[in-house]
Amino acid sequence: MSAQELSPQDTVRTPLMTLDGVSQVFSTKAGPIRAVDNIDLSINPGEVLCLVGESGSGKTTAARMAAGLARPTSGQVAFDGTDIWSLKRNDFTAFRRSVQYVHQDPYASLNPTRTILQTITAPLFKHGLVKSKKAAAERAVELLTKVDLTPAENYLSKYPHQLSGGQRQRVAVARALTLDPKLIIADESTSMLDVSIRISVLAMLGRLRDDLGVGFLFITHDLAIAKYFGWRGKTAVMYLGRIVEFGPTPKIINAPTHPYTRALIDAIPEPDPDLTKTKGRESLRSLEIPSLAHLPSGCSFHPRCPQFEDGLCDGAIPELVTIRSGQSAACHVVARDGVPGVGDGGRPDEPGA
Amino acid sequence: MVTTSTSASGRAVRGGQGKPLLSIRDFKVEYRTGSGTTVQAVRGVDLDLFPGESLALVGESGCGKTTFGLGLLRLLPRLGHASGQVTFNRGDGTEIDVLGLDGRDLRSFRWRDAAMVFQGAMNAFNPVLKIRAHMHDTMRAHTKASKQEIEDRAGELLRLVRLEPSRVMDSYPHELSGGMRQRVLIAMSLLLEPEVLILDEPTTALDILTQRSVVDVLHEVRERLGFSMIFISHDLSLAAELADRVATMYAGRIIETGGVRDMFYKPRHPYTLGLIKAVPPIVGDLPDMESIPGGPPSLASLPPGCTFNPRCKYATEECKEIDPPLIPITDEPGDYHEVACIHSKDVHLDRRVQDEMGTAS
Repeated sequence: MSAQELSPQDTVRTPLMTLDGVSQVFSTKAGPIRAVDNIDLSINPGEVLCLVGESGSGKTTAARMAAGLARPTSGQVAFDGTDIWSLKRNDFTAFRRSVQYVHQDPYASLNPTRTILQTITAPLFKHGLVKSKKAAAERAVELLTKVDLTPAENYLSKYPHQLSGGQRQRVAVARALTLDPKLIIADESTSMLDVSIRISVLAMLGRLRDDLGVGFLFITHDLAIAKYFGWRGKTAVMYLGRIVEFGPTPKIINAPTHPYTRALIDAIPEPDPDLTKTKGRESLRSLEIPSLAHLPSGCSFHPRCPQFEDGLCDGAIPELVTIRSGQSAACHVVARDGVPGVGDGGRPDEPGA
Repeated sequence: MVTTSTSASGRAVRGGQGKPLLSIRDFKVEYRTGSGTTVQAVRGVDLDLFPGESLALVGESGCGKTTFGLGLLRLLPRLGHASGQVTFNRGDGTEIDVLGLDGRDLRSFRWRDAAMVFQGAMNAFNPVLKIRAHMHDTMRAHTKASKQEIEDRAGELLRLVRLEPSRVMDSYPHELSGGMRQRVLIAMSLLLEPEVLILDEPTTALDILTQRSVVDVLHEVRERLGFSMIFISHDLSLAAELADRVATMYAGRIIETGGVRDMFYKPRHPYTLGLIKAVPPIVGDLPDMESIPGGPPSLASLPPGCTFNPRCKYATEECKEIDPPLIPITDEPGDYHEVACIHSKDVHLDRRVQDEMGTAS
């Protein structure tokens, strides 16, 4: 696998990464916990896929499996068409190089005893990509410039504690870029940053996405961030280990179909006093999130869902079906009746599937 | 110091007279940082809180928001020292000099006149005591209420924040979810019917739906009980939702204050404008977003002149020389819209929507 391999633009694109029926079950004293239950995802080269959901929805577990940090209990994680768990040692190393992870907390993810130079060059030496210290330092300067830490020379000899949160997160991104990855998994990478800094880090990530053609699996609990970063990509909404809605980001944000996605979008306060006070809000039937150890029968959202129908929703687990072109949802009621109250011309293409 | 004797009936008087409930003048907080040096975290704040009003204090981390809240309730750590003038108006004509209170008077000011809801709901509880014990302790420390009265009052407030008293009262804090803990904390802070509630980042670290339930609860209890509220948040959307008036803090000072609509639609300080532009709205197309370069200055070495000038795109040479005072805006109607910027006439919010693909279906 060479790093400069380009994705064919016109021919059928092989997805960079696919998760096919992937589950992760943790066995605990309280019984098995299905943290991720049978999810399918695919990311094309240079594409952004946002994974949104509340805490405990399985976003991070899914990301860890995509990064090869956890082995799925069942299902297949494939990179460039090959199951990553069938790869030989060398190929697995190459996979690891192609997929990089940026963690949430830049205070914890950088080694406090290493200078920025050491942090950034460590992967280069580890994978034998540079021959001399001088070449490594030059590469480090180049990378720091890419993440807007300029003049880069000033940062090389600094330690993480000398940097602000935003700067640290930029270093973490620079480190992820050292090995020319094809996919970056960003797990809540901006949620610890202040609002003003968040946007500049996101803008920087967006530039990397456009200039370097890096694919992103972007995990966030904040739909506003998913909207900003993944507007031209796709968004998957997770609830209690399952994907409940999937589609192009603008559709998910402006024309959500699943009652859970709708509740999420409605619940978010807007930075606009008139808008936020007039936003329509359906109240949920319950505020409590069910425990993963005792999932409700049928659709796991049914105890909270305002559209709950007795006998229908608590029976079978709803499948993810296409509601309108490119947008699918796992909801019995929406699959049967179509989308209530959204009149933007997007009529359901295949009701019921 | 209580200047005249308080009568119980006085507490019933809420609103009216146009007199501020809390009047803050030249409020400063200094922290000692060892070897005789101090850092000023709050550098002279003038603010009035009127009865029934909800005031949001917004700004980045490190702007002195929390220090300001703690200072008002005299909850600063030992190395902190508050100065200035904070007058609390009990409504029966009694005026209290908050910074001069001590001993019993201070204890009765806290909880009864003003209460605080802290950010980390878990840390605000004693982990080895049940919620019932928290409620009883608080009430017994401040009133002579009987056990039954305390039970009734606690139950009433818990129901108000949409919790089931029979379930919650016998739980330990760790047995409750984050949103439930936050709501219990709100109920507890209202036990003694304070006139002012200070909330420090009340919904930060909560999930979206949980945050919504806390916000709804706050709306509801405020409507029912009519207390005034100062809430501290870095989340502008929350300010838009909950506040009547917004004050932006930067480097220990208030640099703009005004009605919520004025502040969000016609911000006149480049910093407020920057904060608004950095928060993407959820509904609608992708708007034009902008970040504020750099970060807040260190309070130990503030830049000369306007403290925002190194990050400000409107900054001129003049900005490096004078630190502008907070003055009312005169070129536009609006009440109490004040700004500390010499270029405020040039600052306008216009929110363009990015022309992007992906909107068409």
